[in-house]
Amino acid sequence: MAELENDDRERERNGRTGRSSRPSRRRRVSRLTAERVDYIDYKDTKLLQSFIAENGKILPRRLTGVSAWQQRKLTEAIKRARNLALLPYTKY
Amino acid sequence: MRTYELMFISSPNTTDEDISKLTSQIENAVTDRGGKIVKVEPWGRRKLAYRIDKFDEGIYTLVHIEGNGNEIAEVERRLRVNDSIIRYMSIRTDEDLKRAAKMKAKRKPVPVSGAVEVDDEGNGFDEDDDLDS
Repeated sequence: MAELENDDRERERNGRTGRSSRPSRRRRVSRLTAERVDYIDYKDTKLLQSFIAENGKILPRRLTGVSAWQQRKLTEAIKRARNLALLPYTKY
Repeated sequence: MRTYELMFISSPNTTDEDISKLTSQIENAVTDRGGKIVKVEPWGRRKLAYRIDKFDEGIYTLVHIEGNGNEIAEVERRLRVNDSIIRYMSIRTDEDLKRAAKMKAKRKPVPVSGAVEVDDEGNGFDEDDDLDS
């Protein structure tokens, strides 16, 4: 049974070669969890900066590895910071 | 009692005197309605992330307020009619801070074994074959 499964998997891998070459590896534990940030402050632009892309967009959590709850709070904080011109809405 | 954070940006050509006058006005408005100014943090001149009303920088002031909500409404009304204020925002902070303190306290008793193993696999599944036969 186990062998059959392995064969199946191998066939799939051979079929789609581009699958294993991802552009960037997902970080397992985000900075938020590692540094135990309980309160995501909109004034902490240094922290928020690490969750926005070069062009000012909020990074998806599949790239940053934060939890859904953290992502919601992050989004809130980033939008607050944008409103007060602490962070840009857009760059270039 | 609820806690709030009020941040406002004055235009860069406002004098320090005007700003201190404004903060004392805010303080009066808050204390008259039973609230309390916990702390005033003048951030000073700061570059804006984008241009607002043709200004590239602004003078930031952060005020921590304790109260029940109606003083916030009054303070916001005053900031709205003030021409030297280019942006303001007030947020309620007590609920989120309380939650953060709770999470911190929860973690403290067991600092090392913070990783609680949650095994979702097999939850709701009944793999007992003997039942059928």
